[in-house]
Amino acid sequence: MSAVPLLEATGLTRRYAMRRGLFGRPVEVRAVDGVSLALERGRTLGLVGESGCGKSTTGRLVLGLERPDAGGVAFEGRPMPAPGTPAWRALRARMQMVFQDPLGALDRRMTIGAQIAEPLEIHSIGGRPERVAQLLRDVGLRPDQAGRYPHELSGGQRQRAVLARALATEPALLVCDEPISALDVSIQAQVMNLLVELQARLGTAILFVSHDLRAVRQVSHRVAVMYLGRIVEEGEPDAVLHDPAHPYAQALVSAIPHPGRRQRRILLQGDPPNPADRPSGCAFHPRCPVATTLCAREDPVLKPRPGDGRHVACHVAQGEVPARRAA
Amino acid sequence: MSGIALPLRVAGEGRRRRRWPVLVLCAIAWLGLMLGVALLADVIAPYAYTALDLRNRLASPGATVLHPLGTDELGRDVLSRLIFSIRMSLLIAFGATVIGALIGTSLGVLAAHFRGFVEQVVLALVDFSASLPFLILALAVLAFFGNSLTLFVCLLGLHAWERYARIARGLVISAGAQGYAAAVRQLGASPWRVYGRHVLPNIASTLIVSMTLAFPEIILLESGLSFLGLGVQPPETSLGSMVGYGREYLTRAPWILLSPAAVIVLTTFSVSVLGDWLRDRLDPTLT
Repeated sequence: MSAVPLLEATGLTRRYAMRRGLFGRPVEVRAVDGVSLALERGRTLGLVGESGCGKSTTGRLVLGLERPDAGGVAFEGRPMPAPGTPAWRALRARMQMVFQDPLGALDRRMTIGAQIAEPLEIHSIGGRPERVAQLLRDVGLRPDQAGRYPHELSGGQRQRAVLARALATEPALLVCDEPISALDVSIQAQVMNLLVELQARLGTAILFVSHDLRAVRQVSHRVAVMYLGRIVEEGEPDAVLHDPAHPYAQALVSAIPHPGRRQRRILLQGDPPNPADRPSGCAFHPRCPVATTLCAREDPVLKPRPGDGRHVACHVAQGEVPARRAA
Repeated sequence: MSGIALPLRVAGEGRRRRRWPVLVLCAIAWLGLMLGVALLADVIAPYAYTALDLRNRLASPGATVLHPLGTDELGRDVLSRLIFSIRMSLLIAFGATVIGALIGTSLGVLAAHFRGFVEQVVLALVDFSASLPFLILALAVLAFFGNSLTLFVCLLGLHAWERYARIARGLVISAGAQGYAAAVRQLGASPWRVYGRHVLPNIASTLIVSMTLAFPEIILLESGLSFLGLGVQPPETSLGSMVGYGREYLTRAPWILLSPAAVIVLTTFSVSVLGDWLRDRLDPTLT
């Protein structure tokens, strides 16, 4: 086991300037605010959270598609080169992305065979026709489907084609940004099984970004829950998703429907917060059922919980303050 | 009964969809004819376009067997002049359209790729070009640099470049925000590959349509400039200059003017029809 993880991100911060109205002052939006994560070879990290919490931006930062405003990404121990440079382009062969919308991610004027061969051409890898046929078989498509255009394939087949293109260079890291949310439920399962199977065979590390907790539990070795640009809880998927420590994670998990089981659902009060106007203290405290005065004042840090060592950023879960009874 | 009728109807519909529209076929035939005439002008023209036949001046079409479309005030054969005019006008229109499309598209793509300062410069040029009446620019250039065919074609090429620049810039920016360009970029593709293999083919249909719109405009512009005496200089001849010089004999010998005018109308119309149809055909998702 090597000491250096495949991917290590420390204190990633990405701010966007947003202007309200014609003469409004630019408001700073912190889409990602100090996210640190590490990913080892052949492992999957699931990143969950509601929309707008910065999951996708984290995925893009980790891949080096955007420059973080603070913090840094190290891939195989070396810092990420600037986007667009030759070093960055060469590194693309080692890390790939699978997109949410497979039809949008494919060029509708090219056959999928030509598109799957494209990373091989870009990175001058030989043996193209056989390799393309092999890739198509790997993702469960027929080699004769290489001549099809994207609009001639079904949604699941398109996502398989995107996956084949991403795997063409045998990357060490695959970032899947909501890879299944545009697909039918039956196809979701196929694509996820395919991911697990390919990971077992190729040893690819996967950062699996999703809002679907069940999907994340199925594929991940570790899970990180994000809220408003920060990781609020991290741990083993079974632990996090069966016994969440953070009140936000508890609310998320309680929203998973269980057939036949009557369960109390935690309904969060209030709206998802505005990242341009972060609440003081813990960002979750205005919606939190167990918030205390300390939560409104002090920002909790992500650290191991005294009892079981679970990483969680919450004063209450850490036992620093007694929980207020939920109203 | 209906069981037999149904497959027949389906087959008929399939064939009808594949059949080419009559109007498009006519347009293609006409443009093919024009191209053939332009290429074979030396072979098919019965006379040289400067050859005089002073005994048959202002002969009406059909008056003599020698000049089927009549002759002009100097006794030059209208058919021969028409044939050479078609060659000249098509050369100018094709050359200028291609030059305009190349300049405009390159500048538009550059602006969209670099953004910032480069984009500001290109947009300022576009605004400058769009706000300047082209006729005044043409007058100034031709007055200062004299008139040569090369210069004239290049000048007309500048006529519509800003339109391509605007369209290309807008389309490239929006394509860059779309998944396929971002996806190819994150595969590690160089900007050449992203633009050459993905973005340009995807936006080409719009550019081609705008080329087919600019083509008739350039023919008309060339005609206008030649009509004003600024375009093609005698003894060279073009469709526009034929109309221009023919107007003096409009009442006595309208055939001098009518045949080139008809060619202008038919050619510009055919290019428009063809461009419209090409736009649909170039899209593989529309069949």
